[in-house]
Amino acid sequence: MKTAKINVNDGDLLTTLRDFFRSILQLEDISAILVPQHLPATNVVMPTLVTDPEQLNGTDPLAPVFPLNAAKIVSRLTRKPMGAKVAVVLRPCEIRAFVELVKLKQGRIEEVLLVGIDCLGAFKNGDYIQIAGKKEAEFTSSFYKDALSGKKLTFEGFDLAPACKACENPIPDGADILIGLFGVDTNNQLLIQARTPKGETLYETLDLSDTEEPPERPAVVESLVAERTAYRDKMFAETAEATNSLEKLNIYFAECVNCYNCRVACPVCYCKECVFVTDVFNHDPVQYLRWANRKGVIKMPTDTVFYHLTRMAHMSTSCVGCGQCTNACPNDIPVMELFRTVSYHTQNAFEYEAGRSIEDDLPLSVFREDELAEVVGIGNHCNL
Amino acid sequence: MANFEPTIIAFVCNWCTYTAADLAGTARLGYPANVRLIRVMCTGMVDPKYVIKALLEGADAVLVSGCHPGDCHYINGNFKARRRIKLLKEILPQFGFGEERLRLTWIGASDGIQFAETIHSMVAQIKTLGPNEAKATMVI
Ligand code: FES
Repeated sequence: MKTAKINVNDGDLLTTLRDFFRSILQLEDISAILVPQHLPATNVVMPTLVTDPEQLNGTDPLAPVFPLNAAKIVSRLTRKPMGAKVAVVLRPCEIRAFVELVKLKQGRIEEVLLVGIDCLGAFKNGDYIQIAGKKEAEFTSSFYKDALSGKKLTFEGFDLAPACKACENPIPDGADILIGLFGVDTNNQLLIQARTPKGETLYETLDLSDTEEPPERPAVVESLVAERTAYRDKMFAETAEATNSLEKLNIYFAECVNCYNCRVACPVCYCKECVFVTDVFNHDPVQYLRWANRKGVIKMPTDTVFYHLTRMAHMSTSCVGCGQCTNACPNDIPVMELFRTVSYHTQNAFEYEAGRSIEDDLPLSVFREDELAEVVGIGNHCNL
Repeated sequence: MANFEPTIIAFVCNWCTYTAADLAGTARLGYPANVRLIRVMCTGMVDPKYVIKALLEGADAVLVSGCHPGDCHYINGNFKARRRIKLLKEILPQFGFGEERLRLTWIGASDGIQFAETIHSMVAQIKTLGPNEAKATMVI
């Protein structure tokens, strides 16, 4: 793997990153770069599509927030050939979601160059807005300094989003070009790594000087992953315990108002039109009465648990755990926790890991003739 | 519990299991009236949400049954169904739906006897298992 270091002045990662992105954008082959940037005069960070190298001054891919999973944006950009190449700067979970979308035929990989940065995690969207206030730029630099020096990441009582604390994929393995922070002396350097042939071609044109990966990096990454995995497994156990009967599941979703924001925010909820917003669920008024009559009471709106279970059947094998569903919930239901817990089971069942590779087939899009004998039959007769 | 009569919703494919049920009928093989047959063209068209809906509405069990591997009239609908059932068998038990409440079988058009036996055994199993929790709970 081609590896280089680029110099950082006084630990100012943002300036270094902006310069690096500018050098990518100036390459003849690259027409635009998609990168998170502060919107003028606000503390909001949004993906921006930049063609003018002078328009990269607000670039802030280290801000601890991502208001949406940008895989959805990349999917929009690559739906059809555009005849130009775009570099896209994404978080690892955004890259993994994009990989899923490509396999779902909702995006194309050919015209994008994936640039991934070691992920320091993010706050929930609402929390970030409150913490960052008006002085967002300084907040990003104090955040990454704390994150990289291993300090506890709580600000004014806010903690990182549970999705990020449970994320065992802080390294953008699927990127063409990786920008490494962990185990790197970030006061002075950043790591640049070409991880694919596409990345290598770009790497060659960038005129970087080769070095070795710092020897301490693997251990730093490993301990971070171990910490995240421990948090994740505890979250799985607690969530499973909180939902292991229909009664408990009802309680879990008691505050759900069927707004369906979780599926709007979900990068891998792939249906173009969700069946739950179609006329299929616009029941005949008298139907409600019939349902109510049967038990004497029904909760309105109806179909809440039905919706969530169906959503799990659709998206769980592609869930990358980005946590945007939780961000989108108006009533703070810990939906990420549940969707991830279920996804862990369904992905394991098919020996699949969402976003790991463009080569692995989506579990529900293929089958083998000789498989899953154990799901057929009614248990007590061998041949039934 | 002694009087508990389970309701089983069976999605049966037109070409095989439905024909088997028909055969069981014409051959006057009795099978419990607990099963409600829903004829579908192929097990490959049984959307996971049909199964979820049936269980949330209080069905005590769901049976999906179609042609044997190689016999599906749409070539591979039954293989696709098998993956979907596998998926549901991973999801639903996490919320307390016993795995036994969802079954997939292959029953060919000439297997009237096997159809009757399958229904007998399933009813017996579900009687031991007891009613689906969804029947009593207000599902929200
Ligand atoms: S036609 Fe019977 S399972 Fe497909």
